[in-house]
Amino acid sequence: MKNIKILGTGCARCRATEALVKAVAQEKGVEITLEKVDSLPEIIKHGVLSTPGVVIDGRVVHAGGVPTRSEVEGWF
Amino acid sequence: MNWSTIAKPSAQLRQWLIGLGLGIVLWLAAYSQLTAFADALVSAAGLSRQTHFGEAVHFFFYDTPKVLLLLTGIVFVMGVLQTFFSPGRTRALLSGKREGLGNLLAAGLGIVTPFCSCSAVPLFIGFLSAGVPLGVTFSFLISAPMVNEVALALLFGLFGWKVAGLYLAMGLLVAIVAGLVIGKLKMERHLEQWVRDLLAEPIEQMTAEQLSWLQRLRAGGAHVREIVGKVWPYVLIGIALGAGIHGYVAEDFMASFMGRDVWWAVPAAVLLGVPMYTNAAGIIPVVEALIGKGAALGTVLAFMMSVIALSAPEMIILRKALQPTLIATFAGVVALGILCVGYVFNWLL
Repeated sequence: MKNIKILGTGCARCRATEALVKAVAQEKGVEITLEKVDSLPEIIKHGVLSTPGVVIDGRVVHAGGVPTRSEVEGWF
Repeated sequence: MNWSTIAKPSAQLRQWLIGLGLGIVLWLAAYSQLTAFADALVSAAGLSRQTHFGEAVHFFFYDTPKVLLLLTGIVFVMGVLQTFFSPGRTRALLSGKREGLGNLLAAGLGIVTPFCSCSAVPLFIGFLSAGVPLGVTFSFLISAPMVNEVALALLFGLFGWKVAGLYLAMGLLVAIVAGLVIGKLKMERHLEQWVRDLLAEPIEQMTAEQLSWLQRLRAGGAHVREIVGKVWPYVLIGIALGAGIHGYVAEDFMASFMGRDVWWAVPAAVLLGVPMYTNAAGIIPVVEALIGKGAALGTVLAFMMSVIALSAPEMIILRKALQPTLIATFAGVVALGILCVGYVFNWLL
């Protein structure tokens, strides 16, 4: 079970990132818990400078822009 | 599965380079034939450039491919360049820089660092937490949205390199001077309390990852798909509108109320720009139409800068981290800078 956080204040790119992560996880049969973080102090504490950011099990794996599909596949 | 997705990275890079070389040759060939293309289309349709309609059609079929070609080329180069300047790297470059030199560097880096106003607050606080002075951070925050590749590509395509260069220089100047002024005013205590609390403790600093050339080229391609894919309808509509005005509206229609002799036109243009929020692609074709009909260049550039740099939605985003006094100072200083640019242009040209 992987815990995934999507950091972002609700922009279109954040929603696209969320949908992509969900789709890839399902495809690969990986169980995940998905959490959306939209509080600014919380986002900043992760050290992310540009959103959307993706955090897996407490580690920032991506920041800024929608990740590519192959990048997301590499996380699982 | 597509064979290219399982090919080795080195083979993929070779494919990219060959594709890029072919692309450059095709691009240059197409760019050199723009007039011939428009002429051929107009005469194939049995139209003459002597008529209003024929002239409008020629204008449309000359400007559209030209602007789209320029946009694609510049956006691709920028997409590759941006991979060298992630926000984290830019922050490291600016960290600990003194005011003055720092403002200059910040405004310059604002052009090449990817920036989206939706992450203005994390970026703002991230810069401050790494020891970038407040005024230097503002120089970056003003330059990044205002001096962008879409604005420069469109200005270059529609008005030529002189106007594009002037816009670049003036945009940087406004960002540098406004940042210097905000820095001198010592406004750190006008940050919201939660921001000051956050800055009091150390914040984790993400390190940038190393990218390969294949990834950089791919980023360029993705940037083209994202930006050109988003703005092309605006470009088309804008040029169609411009073509119509070009053919039909009287030459000096705008001169009476946006001409250089109208002293109140510049402040009016700046004020009018604040509530408007659009990307550069949406505003520049309108700008072209205004200038074509006798509006003064300074007035119109001031309008454009105000629309892009002083947008109400971005202030609302920044309001979460900045107290009203600081927001008002920021808006006031930038507006004053744009005002000066408008007057200087009208007076010089």
